[in-house]
Amino acid sequence: MTITEDKSTKIIGTRLLRREDPPLLTGEAKFTNDLNIPGALHLSVLRSPFAHAKIKSIDVSAALKIAGVVAVYTGKDLQSAWAAPMPCAWPVTTDMKNPPHFPLASDKVNYVGDGVAAVLATNETASRDALDAIDVQYEPLKAVVDLEDALSDKNIIHKDLGTNKSYTWPLLVEETPGCVEEAFKKSKYKVKERYVQQRLIPMAMEPRAIAAVPQPFGGDITLYSSTQIPHILKVMSALTLGIPEQQVRVVAPSVGGGFGSKLDVYAEELLCMALARKHNTPVRWVEERTENTQATIQGRGQIQHVELAADENGKITAVRVRIIGDMGAYLQLVTPGVPILGAFLYAGVYDIPKAYDFSCTSVFTNLTPTDAYRGAGRPEATYAIEMAIEALAREMKIDSFELRKRNYIKKEQFPYTAFSGLTYDSGDHLLAAEKAAKMTDLAGVRAQQKKQNVPGATRLLGVGMSSYFEMCGLAPSRVLASLNYSAGGWEAATVRVLPTNKVQVITGTSPHGQGHETSWAMIASEKLGVAPEDVDVLHSDTAISALGLDTYGSRSLPVGGVAIALACDKVIEKAKLIAAHQLECAAEDLQFVGGTFSVKGSPDRALPLAAIAFGAFTAHNLPEGCEPNLEAQVSYDPPNFSWPFGTHMCVVEVDTETGAVKILKYIAVDDCGNQINPLIVEGQVHGGVVQGIAQALFEEAVYDEDGNLKSSNLSEYLVPAASDLPSITTGHTVTPSPTNQLGVKGIGEAGTIGAAPTVITAIIDALSGLGVTTMAMPASPQTVWKTIQEATRGGKK
Amino acid sequence: MIPAAFDYKRASSAAEAISLVSQYGSDAKFLAGGHSLLPLMKLRLAQPAMLIDIGRVKDLSYIKDAGNHIAIGALTRHMDVETSKVLREHAPLLSHAAGHVGDAQVRHRGTIGGSIAHADPASDLPATTLALGATYVVQGPKGQREIAATKFYKGFLESDLAADEMLIEIRVPKMQGAGWSFQKFNRRAQDWAIVGVAAWRRKGEAGVALVNMGSTPILATSVATAIAKGASISDAAAMASNEADPQSDLNASTDYRKHLASVLVRRALEAASK
Repeated sequence: MTITEDKSTKIIGTRLLRREDPPLLTGEAKFTNDLNIPGALHLSVLRSPFAHAKIKSIDVSAALKIAGVVAVYTGKDLQSAWAAPMPCAWPVTTDMKNPPHFPLASDKVNYVGDGVAAVLATNETASRDALDAIDVQYEPLKAVVDLEDALSDKNIIHKDLGTNKSYTWPLLVEETPGCVEEAFKKSKYKVKERYVQQRLIPMAMEPRAIAAVPQPFGGDITLYSSTQIPHILKVMSALTLGIPEQQVRVVAPSVGGGFGSKLDVYAEELLCMALARKHNTPVRWVEERTENTQATIQGRGQIQHVELAADENGKITAVRVRIIGDMGAYLQLVTPGVPILGAFLYAGVYDIPKAYDFSCTSVFTNLTPTDAYRGAGRPEATYAIEMAIEALAREMKIDSFELRKRNYIKKEQFPYTAFSGLTYDSGDHLLAAEKAAKMTDLAGVRAQQKKQNVPGATRLLGVGMSSYFEMCGLAPSRVLASLNYSAGGWEAATVRVLPTNKVQVITGTSPHGQGHETSWAMIASEKLGVAPEDVDVLHSDTAISALGLDTYGSRSLPVGGVAIALACDKVIEKAKLIAAHQLECAAEDLQFVGGTFSVKGSPDRALPLAAIAFGAFTAHNLPEGCEPNLEAQVSYDPPNFSWPFGTHMCVVEVDTETGAVKILKYIAVDDCGNQINPLIVEGQVHGGVVQGIAQALFEEAVYDEDGNLKSSNLSEYLVPAASDLPSITTGHTVTPSPTNQLGVKGIGEAGTIGAAPTVITAIIDALSGLGVTTMAMPASPQTVWKTIQEATRGGKK
Repeated sequence: MIPAAFDYKRASSAAEAISLVSQYGSDAKFLAGGHSLLPLMKLRLAQPAMLIDIGRVKDLSYIKDAGNHIAIGALTRHMDVETSKVLREHAPLLSHAAGHVGDAQVRHRGTIGGSIAHADPASDLPATTLALGATYVVQGPKGQREIAATKFYKGFLESDLAADEMLIEIRVPKMQGAGWSFQKFNRRAQDWAIVGVAAWRRKGEAGVALVNMGSTPILATSVATAIAKGASISDAAAMASNEADPQSDLNASTDYRKHLASVLVRRALEAASK
């Protein structure tokens, strides 16, 4: 036997190139619409051009005459196809109003894009042509577009509900009854701010695509979908269609981005499945870009009223928050929960006493439903608290960084139980903020700013910052239960060592750009002492990965990744028993290093994992009672959320003549604990920051007063490109999570959470000399210019 | 995403293209680079029954020094206009502006003739050639005629081209060392300008044209006249919108557009005067 030296090759923490990239970059990767499915019928959905209208009549006769058209269905035709309405998994209050929502509208349409009829044709062109041939008579009704207008109940969208209010969700935390009110009376400083979180379109590069393939006999059906949630989709589609769950298999092929928009159960998925079963033929659908802007969920959509009280030193004494949440026309999978996720973050990173009064009232509007979009409730909350901190600093006439320093939760206070009742496991906000300040050269920029921002100057410098905490890694199932969420937050993993010492990792996470195949292989590689390329990661097919709760909420690593590490531990434990048996020693005398078991103190008595794996397969010489094969399965429910944090800073130059904003420097210091692959962490931060900058400067779903989406394509909905963005400098501090063995925290949403307030506070800082104290998002050149005009006009009075 | 059904013919010469378009009349559309027409067809905003593909008409892709002017074949790609040595020497404003059309992929497919014939007031090259006093040569069944850029643009996406005529050449007077500037103001680099300014200046003489400031590209004659009369740059720039009638859209109201035009014209003239 050869004795292998302890190479203990450290894989975790290295910048291993993503194994996902070659097939993606060469076009080899197969997305749903690339699948070759012989005989599939093409589905097209006729969508309402009105935000709010009664359907008077639908005449499909002309459409049926088009060559290739097989069938046309209206909402009424399909009413018997559904065992239940489309699911909402998060009834946040017991009296929450949830109007029945079916894949096609029957009597009334409630947003532009609401499905009215479904066409099946033998080819895509015929099904598209048929849409133009369907004659629908509508009786337009007044559209409810504005949130405050919706709240007034002047025009009620869902008549049976009697109101546009879906729910009111309060959270009052008081050390002593009435202490919030008292703090606002007594405290020296008070600010009261109103912010608007504009609606955003997630705009995944790959629009949604679906193919439902029925088995010819027996009723089994396979749903291919560009989804983030194959496991949840399997359960929900089975329930909605009344199909026994074991007959449904869901596969997510390569998925080109989601950002939350594919964390849903969509009408088209259910239509494809129902019609495939009805016709006993595969049915497929692919979304057009304009459909994507109208019929895929949108994000944000809140009006926030935030009040802070602070004592003479600027220590915050109370926080009061009132939110109006825009649900859109219906509740999708987790729509009502999104603003609630933010409720726990209005303390930001600050040490605030138990004096918190939060309430969210969410309303229906005649607009596309909203749902989780990268950060989901947390970017909104972070924006509000960080903007309010800036307002408080202005009120106190002190530097906002100094104000933050006075309020940061201190390193030695962790674990810290926040007023919300949640425990922040670890953190060091001052360290991250000071690192960001150093990387920004804050002192140098301030000096330059003094020189440059003189009266009459038209290029003004500004520095912005935000410090954030992210509540992610959804989540401890019991906490989710207390929030009325219908599912758990665990994740499943199976680790299997094959006879030739190759490893299969089966995960319940469902990557759609995050690089799980690379990162999960790195975890198993390090744990088992095998090369990363010897680890295959299987996912996103419920026939292979039967259990799982999928990918969203920055959960995959702190829940799913940790599950893999735990499954590796179980494998090692079993292998150790086999090794002890074969080496004729006690299991506790063995150590496992670099893929080899050896007797402590006598390194020549050793057995590599490869030998044990083969031995477990042949099962010729196993200890008494030991099952053959080397595999383990784990379902891991985390004890706490994971709490990444950080500080972002940026430097902007504002052209006051045109209103154009240029970001000169963007610094992101994020702490996600230990990093499995820094290359992937940086990629996540870059993408997240860009989405936050996009909210700050570029993107908005703009609706007119009749509820028509004006920004329904990529020339009007401004997703920024590389040429429109600064180079992003990333830095890190490392505060390992104490709640999991890898010491990891999520990183998927951090960039988005940090970026929008960083950019907006920088613009306000640049323009502060002109009297500007507010800036709407997106801060388009026109918005900036108008804000300057208003401020300077006001100043002259 | 899926256009309505259409027929397709490919022309191998300008003469063949004109003969085809005479045959199919107003149901036909020329297809060159396709970067204006195809998106409209995919959205079903344009539904031509016949596409006449002129993309392979070889004899219309050239840049020639013709003495007083540079002659550019209508099918010359933006990238070739951008990188042409001849144009960089004699009409640097045009080659520079061509480098700001769309993105690199657009510039490798789109053609100068297609852009001008489409007559989009938001496109860069109609206004730039207008500022430079270009002449367009068009060919129809009865032969060729020349149209001054100042007479070419008739309305939104409307030009003096008859249904059976084809733009074949753009003639740009040599700039004779004039100072110049192209100011393109937009929110993303690849977008159409919210407002654009193409300007040149040679002592008391100036030419200024505006992108996206009305239903056609706009020649800012008041500005040029003011400069000729010796007005200061900022006084002249204040007249930027005299001939303009800008729309309001998601990016800019009419007033903001007019404000931008005066700022950008001032900046352009300052740069052109250096």
